[in-house]
Amino acid sequence: MTGQFPILSILTFFPVAGALFVIFFIKKESLNAIRWSALGISVIEFLLSLYLPFTFNMTEPGFQWVERHEWITRFGMSYFLGADGISLLLVLLTTFMTIICVLASWTDIKTKMKSFMALLLFTEAFSLGVFLSLDFFLFYVFWEAVLIPMVFIIGIWGGGRKLYASIKFFLFTFIGSLFMLVGVLVLYFYHGKTTGVYTFDLTVLMQHPLAPALQVWIFVAFFLGFAVKVPMFPLHTWLPDAHTEAPTAGSIILAAVLLKLGTYGFVRFSLPLLPNASIQLAPVMIWAAIIAIIYGALVTIAQKDMKKLVAYSSVSHMGFVMLGIFALNIEGLKGSIVQMINHGISTGALFLLVGMLYERTHDRQIDSYSGLFKAMPVYGAFFVITVLSSMGFPVTNGFIGELLVLLGAYKAQWYYAVPVAVGVLLGAVYLLWLFQRVFLGEYSCKGHAEHLPLLNLREKVSCASLIVLIFWIGVCPTPMLKVMDASLNNLVKIVERNTQKSALAAVTLAEENQRYGTTQNQGAGK
Amino acid sequence: MTNLLNINYYAVAPELVLIGFAFLVLILDLLLKGRDKAVLGYVTAFGLLVSIPVSYFTNEPVSFSGMVAADSFSAFFNIVFCVAAFLTTLISMDYMKKAKADRGEYYYITLFAVIGMMLMASANDFVNLYAGLELMALSFYVLVAFKINDNKSVEGALKYFVLGALSSGILLYGISFLYGYAGSTNFAEIARAASAGSSQNMFLILGVCLTVAGFAFKVALFPFHLWSPDAYEGAPTPVTALLSVGSKAAAFAVFLRFFAGSLAVLQPHWAMLIWVFSAATMLYGSVVGVSQKNIVRMLAYSSIAHAGIILIGLLVTNDKGSSGVLYYLLVYAFMNIGAFSVITLFVRNNGKGANICDYKGLASKRPWLAFFMALFMVSLAGIPPTGGFTAKFFILASAVNSRYYLLAGIAVVSTVISLFFYAKVIFYMYMKEADDASVFTASPGAALYNVVIVISAVATVLIGIFPSVFMDMAVQAVKPLLM
Repeated sequence: MTGQFPILSILTFFPVAGALFVIFFIKKESLNAIRWSALGISVIEFLLSLYLPFTFNMTEPGFQWVERHEWITRFGMSYFLGADGISLLLVLLTTFMTIICVLASWTDIKTKMKSFMALLLFTEAFSLGVFLSLDFFLFYVFWEAVLIPMVFIIGIWGGGRKLYASIKFFLFTFIGSLFMLVGVLVLYFYHGKTTGVYTFDLTVLMQHPLAPALQVWIFVAFFLGFAVKVPMFPLHTWLPDAHTEAPTAGSIILAAVLLKLGTYGFVRFSLPLLPNASIQLAPVMIWAAIIAIIYGALVTIAQKDMKKLVAYSSVSHMGFVMLGIFALNIEGLKGSIVQMINHGISTGALFLLVGMLYERTHDRQIDSYSGLFKAMPVYGAFFVITVLSSMGFPVTNGFIGELLVLLGAYKAQWYYAVPVAVGVLLGAVYLLWLFQRVFLGEYSCKGHAEHLPLLNLREKVSCASLIVLIFWIGVCPTPMLKVMDASLNNLVKIVERNTQKSALAAVTLAEENQRYGTTQNQGAGK
Repeated sequence: MTNLLNINYYAVAPELVLIGFAFLVLILDLLLKGRDKAVLGYVTAFGLLVSIPVSYFTNEPVSFSGMVAADSFSAFFNIVFCVAAFLTTLISMDYMKKAKADRGEYYYITLFAVIGMMLMASANDFVNLYAGLELMALSFYVLVAFKINDNKSVEGALKYFVLGALSSGILLYGISFLYGYAGSTNFAEIARAASAGSSQNMFLILGVCLTVAGFAFKVALFPFHLWSPDAYEGAPTPVTALLSVGSKAAAFAVFLRFFAGSLAVLQPHWAMLIWVFSAATMLYGSVVGVSQKNIVRMLAYSSIAHAGIILIGLLVTNDKGSSGVLYYLLVYAFMNIGAFSVITLFVRNNGKGANICDYKGLASKRPWLAFFMALFMVSLAGIPPTGGFTAKFFILASAVNSRYYLLAGIAVVSTVISLFFYAKVIFYMYMKEADDASVFTASPGAALYNVVIVISAVATVLIGIFPSVFMDMAVQAVKPLLM
């Protein structure tokens, strides 16, 4: 472990250093210098993150590139980073989408460019911290820290109701996280009391699952933290507001990265630490996911504002991810990880495209447009491919993800697959209908009689790179599936093992309760 | 107890140093004329700095026939008091000049207030405690009223004085019951009597309840908080900073030494009382804070809410809880003084900056100041990676560890509600544009403010990221208490 190249720390803190560089060394008037250095930093960061897939050992189920340093020894917290196949993919997604975000805000951001780029890089750094921490306390620190730059991005550069949107986002996620914190503490102390080892180390915590009855409570606490971020029905109401009001780059990073924090939390923490509760509550979670899929899709159909439409479609798409996770089989899990990446790419691309149009016309109403294909053929082509990918058309990335989730759901209970299939169909409805209304027919655009300006090179490059990914994952998903194979198999194994183990833990816990109750029953506690 | 009096001047060395400096300032104030008086503030600040190492090395747990316990516990608190008073002295020099209240008394009365706090922290006897408490309180009555031409200042001071005198009376009444019960005012003797006798003794119960009421007034627990928003608002802002940090810390020192230390055996009996106080204070402070328009009043309610959370650590009578209290108070000193320094920097000129909406658009005019203010607000709200978060974390951890789940839940709810008003300040600074940007133009004399703000900010972040060192200090400090 010692003397090893600390790639994960570098990945996490390079954007922080970059942001500080931008803050301290570049004048706020020199916009081009800010843009180019932010782009340079995010590209270097992406190249750095490519170190991971090239040195990744596919057969190793555990964590790789592990770094561990003492931090707060008294409470058993350490600076503990590591990545496996699941986090690897999300790290790559984050570093890649940050480049897209920088490109998307090139001219979109009109004021305080310097602060914006710095905050974007901070968001990237903290998100990477979340994906890479293996210490629950460190994870929580990053988890909360992500909030701050995001709130500023929405609140300063947002649209008309930016204050409302950012306060709502802040409060929702903060409430959820605090309850999660209490859950973490309960987990920590019970683990400490039953095993004598007080630690926040995830790999140690995973060895000793808790009693099933207690797991349910902790699961609920975790659920409040994670589900708000996903967002799961019925905790999703902050999402449309935040997405609609955020600047384009804010929406992209919110959809592509921040929502994944929640689902990642379920996969990384809830499943292995609370296997019995996960199994017990899986039907509840699955029905919530199904409601999110159907309800999200129905609400999406009714939207008149393009950005809001994409935002609500996120609720529906994240429902697929949740469904895949709680199908609790290898297909479902695989599907949900793939779907996390897909949603990041496709929805990110949709936000990007809608943002481009908005930058030209300052109008997002669907009614205002028709026949845009004729005016902007390249834009239209990008849009149609993204729409197809988002609805899961074969040969695009969405297909493989939705197929796996469907398979997982079917394997869990055959009838789960029925509403899911309906959800897929509804997805096609709102996306194709959107495309038909905006792009087909005679060209007209409210307030813009002449043709709109065509895409410039920067816009083409950012769209094209996403399109390449869409097809790459769609045509040959094997490398991606292979990367997560070992880690997911290991995860399933841990869940199975822990389920059995915790029956044993229940006995020790009962003893512990008895002993604790007699010595330290302190009247007023509860 | 071989030597009956056991006079040991080393035990009160920090106090003696400060008394020396207080008299020095007093004499200098008489001798110096006109502009030379500017030196008084620096002498005071220097005295407080000198007192820090003296406090650190003082360790005389039993002296003055057990009345003074100058142990690691009091050393920790003394350092907190000195740091807090040092920082507030630095910001008050310019402020007092601007407020036309630049009189020499200010500095030595501040020093006497700190001496009072130190006496409280090392008091192991109610007589000694009461002397310290009154010294501190009387000093603060004067300091709060220091802007004598300002009605609000005088009104605040009067409220503080009347209610303070009443609470002192209640405290004395309680002490007399405890004396009747134990036959001594010494904490150790009371502890011995309490562990030997019945816990249902009427005198004991009355004594405990009344002393709790007396201390609760100093900490500003609900429903004994009525004085604090008015006194905070009326007082010169640097005094408010010291009042909210120092006076609170001193009262918590007494709380801890008497309840977590001496009456630990009776914890199941007094726990309910503290539990209710804690829950009510947290909720009241955060809920009422939401509707405040004046930033100092907002911070007053925030301070009430924080007191409620700190009280959880008191309730948990083990090293986790008690050291959590100490750690929290240390962090609170820095983040609160930092926030008050930013406010002082604005209100000193023309009184603008007293309302939250005055901070509109600060970020675009003075980005660094806005950044620091935002940092303090984030820390007060308890968001990582700041000290406010780790402090809250340790308190919550101790609560969960001792199975106060409901109270931990209430703390979470209160934190969420209070986020609303901390975030409001941030939102005003960053997300709205100023109506009148002239408020934010830099004016001379800000150097010391900037020093204090930077020190507080660095400390707030440093304690948050590397809590180990400070936590170890806190754990060391509470050791003598939990013997």
